[in-house]
Amino acid sequence: MIDLIPLSYEILRMIWWLLLGIILIGFALTDGFDLGIGTLLPFAARTDAERRVLINVVGPVWEGNQVWLVLGGGAIFAAWPPLYAVSFSGFYLAMLVILVALILRPVAFKFRGKIDDPRWRNLWDWALFIGGAVPALILGVAVGNVLLGVPFGLDDTLRPRYEGNFFGLLTPFALLCGLVSLSMIVAHGAAVIGLRTQGAPAERARRYGRIAALTAAILFALGGLWVAYGLAGYTVTSVQNPAGPSNPLMKTVARSVGAWLAGYSARPWTMIAPILGFAGCLLAWLGMTVKSWRTALIGTSLAIFGIISTAGLSLFPFLLPSSLQPNASLTVWDASSSRLTLWTMLLVTGILLPIVLAYTAWVYRVMRGTVTTETIGRNPNAY
Amino acid sequence: MIDFTVVDLSRLQFAATAMYHFLFVPLTLGLSFLMAIMESVYVMTGREVWRRMTLFWGTCFGINFAMGVATGIVMEFQFGTNWAYYSHYVGDVFGAPLAIEGLMAFFLEATFIGLFFFGWDRLSKVSHLAVTWLVAIGANFSALWILIANGWMQNPVGSIFNPQTMRMEVVDFTAVLFNPVAQAKFVHTVSAGYVTGAMFMMSISAYYMLRGRHLDIARRSMAVAASFGLASALSVVVLGDESGYVTTEHQKMKLAAMEAMWHTEPAPAGFMAFAVPNVEKRENSFQVQIPYALGLIATRSLTQEVPGILPLVDHAKTRIRNGVTAYEALQAVRANPQDEAARKTFNANWPDLGYSLLLKRYRNDVAQATDAEIEKAAFDTVPNVPVLFWTFRLMVGIGFYLIAFFGLWFWLVSKHKLGQNRFLLWVALFSLPLPWVAIEAGWLLAEYGRQPWIIEGVLPTFYAASGLTLVDLAISLGVFLAIYTILAIIELILMVRVIKKGPSDRSVLEDNVAGGAYAPAAAPANANR
Ligand code: HDD
Ligand code: HEM
Ligand code: HEM
Repeated sequence: MIDLIPLSYEILRMIWWLLLGIILIGFALTDGFDLGIGTLLPFAARTDAERRVLINVVGPVWEGNQVWLVLGGGAIFAAWPPLYAVSFSGFYLAMLVILVALILRPVAFKFRGKIDDPRWRNLWDWALFIGGAVPALILGVAVGNVLLGVPFGLDDTLRPRYEGNFFGLLTPFALLCGLVSLSMIVAHGAAVIGLRTQGAPAERARRYGRIAALTAAILFALGGLWVAYGLAGYTVTSVQNPAGPSNPLMKTVARSVGAWLAGYSARPWTMIAPILGFAGCLLAWLGMTVKSWRTALIGTSLAIFGIISTAGLSLFPFLLPSSLQPNASLTVWDASSSRLTLWTMLLVTGILLPIVLAYTAWVYRVMRGTVTTETIGRNPNAY
Repeated sequence: MIDFTVVDLSRLQFAATAMYHFLFVPLTLGLSFLMAIMESVYVMTGREVWRRMTLFWGTCFGINFAMGVATGIVMEFQFGTNWAYYSHYVGDVFGAPLAIEGLMAFFLEATFIGLFFFGWDRLSKVSHLAVTWLVAIGANFSALWILIANGWMQNPVGSIFNPQTMRMEVVDFTAVLFNPVAQAKFVHTVSAGYVTGAMFMMSISAYYMLRGRHLDIARRSMAVAASFGLASALSVVVLGDESGYVTTEHQKMKLAAMEAMWHTEPAPAGFMAFAVPNVEKRENSFQVQIPYALGLIATRSLTQEVPGILPLVDHAKTRIRNGVTAYEALQAVRANPQDEAARKTFNANWPDLGYSLLLKRYRNDVAQATDAEIEKAAFDTVPNVPVLFWTFRLMVGIGFYLIAFFGLWFWLVSKHKLGQNRFLLWVALFSLPLPWVAIEAGWLLAEYGRQPWIIEGVLPTFYAASGLTLVDLAISLGVFLAIYTILAIIELILMVRVIKKGPSDRSVLEDNVAGGAYAPAAAPANANR
């Protein structure tokens, strides 16, 4: 048979690993500030008028932003089916908590403004807080658990089995990662509040944002030390064929402290990721200190990019290491879809993603400008 | 081993959350189109009232849309959380349409929905109209892709089993894309959504007419809804017939079960108008048939036979036996990839591999299955006959009622007799739930009728579930039940409030116009002049 696919299986897997990272970063950059603003809502804005201003900053765009998460789910399903199967069923109750938080968000945005009663509105403000803080925290905790290794196994029909429980996820290291994620998201939200609003909420956001940016930097550094000196990472010890079949049971894996950092000495240029993460946090802090909101937003965006890339690069080539049956760990080379699916999805993504980015940019441009009580008053559809 | 309570609760949870999601989906599909039509009239005629109509129905749409999004997110992740082995087994095929749905449809509808609500005073009339159409198109794209995914579960084309990775893999994406079942499902389901939107608009307009309020908007909405509704109702029924036709081709057991047809009928088969199926005895205690009708609907011929349930069970027995052969060959190939003989046997028999998995309900070492077990497994392929029989008739009955209903109103509209007959207005008001009843019945028929398969003929449902604990499922089911109930109540209260309040009056809009926003002529493009 003639091979019509111009890219090798290995390259396709690499590309989809990168695309997975891009989609997750896209989610954190866009929906991230929605989550951050939701988290800050009860604190940065005190009166109903102030809260409405913050809500209407994200009002026109949060729905589109959230699709990055939906796309993340779909892309993992299409490109990394074993990862989709093992992680979501393994983290069952954690997923449930995230889903409940995410259910609250759309309805809170829509329902809050429909009844003019302080108690009603206050209720939905807290729903938005939960809908923002909980996913930000838990997604970070999940990443922490991936770095620790997840207690799952695969039988010879590749059926996953899981031996952890919800509270087992809440180890100190995982919680630390959760806090890195939360503070990074809060700082990002604060930067957007500063850029798009004026007056008291922006001033308060500045205060919280500076704390958050510094916290993120410190905890990120702490996490790095922990990974270097306290945490067992994973290494593939057998020869793995990067173009081999997607069957995770065909390799051997060992654990050792510091293994997650091996990649950085093998490929020193990847050090740029943690450096960017760190520098981004500091830049954000600096921007907020001197009230340059643009600088702050560039800072938080770099931080998000750097921190998420650091997690991905440290794990590489692992996607989901198994602490229960290390040989069953999922890696980039043995947990993907077939070559045809990866190629087809790459074609589709290559065509559609630029279009999506273009019209999203257009919508942001149309909705640009400062949001104030007056601009909201003019729109009967405002939240 | 597989815990069947967990499997049943997972099914219950999936069914409940999917059916709940689909309370909102059809209204999104229907209303988005109707709003786009109304706004088009506004842009073409410049008549203010059409803009107020768009805005008012838009408010209802917004509340519904939020619920659609909230419940849709749950669906997106539930394949992984509750159907882990399914996700592993068919993710290579099934994940692709889901991901494309996100890229092509959700981004479109969700990005432009924001501009629909927030862009009125920032966009020119034509740009805003384009935005509204894009939302409608996005919603329809999403239906297309998810139904391609769902159609593949009913008729798994374009893929083969790979022994090395122990899963189904795609060999032909165009086959998945142009799957006749998916096409039939798409047109039938979106038409059902349009009918729902039309009925929503009819009923609420009828309510305003009964109250003598907002007559200008109510009359025009009714005119639009009646014509759109008639066209859609006709298409639901015609395309429903298409669904029946492809079901005959690809899911003979489902067709036989929804017809409660235990034995093969000599051609041309009669349509069972009424029956009391007795599942124990495998026969109908009582039945009334319309001669020829089923043969015509199902096979479009007078000479083809429609096979009955019991002959299909016999056929399933053969397939289970072949499946066991394939299963044994698979074990051999996996133990020794060089075993050419085993590979040959496997390649010849793999399409029946799924049938051997039916035996996993009774024993793990499938190869040792006894005749009694094979017999039991074969009977497992019969779905719940009475449920299918009645949900089908419920849906079809409502379908014909809807044609009559919209036909009548279309006639009233064209004779300018709207609102003269209060009785008909009450009928319109109380017909509101019918499309939803038909739709939920339709999904029950399609999905429950697929049992015991999660992927028809490839993977049994019980074998596909995640290995969760009972506690996990008790918690998640309880949480979804609680939160969905609360949200349903709140959404109903808000919807009723919005409807009672009605569209904003001209005077209120004029206030806004004075403020600069919403003025038809104050769009930025003109304002710069
Ligand atoms: C025939 C149409 C149809 C069907 C069968 C389904 N959906 Fe749906 N879905 C839609 C039609 C739709 C829609 C019309 O596009 C929605 C409904 C309201 C809305 O906001 O968009 C939507 C929303 C929606 C969302 C939120 C999108 C966003 O954030 O904007 C997700 C993630 C899903 N759905 C996922 C699913 C999954 C995984 C399904 C399979 C079980 C499913 N839907 C069945
Ligand atoms: C939104 C409209 C839908 C409704 C109302 C619906 C309804 C149902 C029902 C009633 C069941 C339970 C059947 C049973 O277990 O006895 C079910 C199961 C299921 N459906 Fe659907 N369904 C919908 C859409 C879909 C789509 C689009 C897909 C796939 C893309 C899908 C995949 C499944 C799966 C995986 C199960 C669980 C396993 C099973 O019991 O078969 N459903 N659905
Ligand atoms: C004479 C009228 C109708 C006929 C002959 C008909 C036929 C069918 C058939 C055979 C199926 C099952 C397809 C499968 O098993 O995969 C189905 C499913 C369905 N029906 Fe109908 N139907 C009719 C009217 C309606 C009406 C009025 C509605 C709603 C307004 C509706 C909504 C649905 C939905 C939502 C489904 C599930 C999705 C699908 O499988 O396409 N149907 N219909």
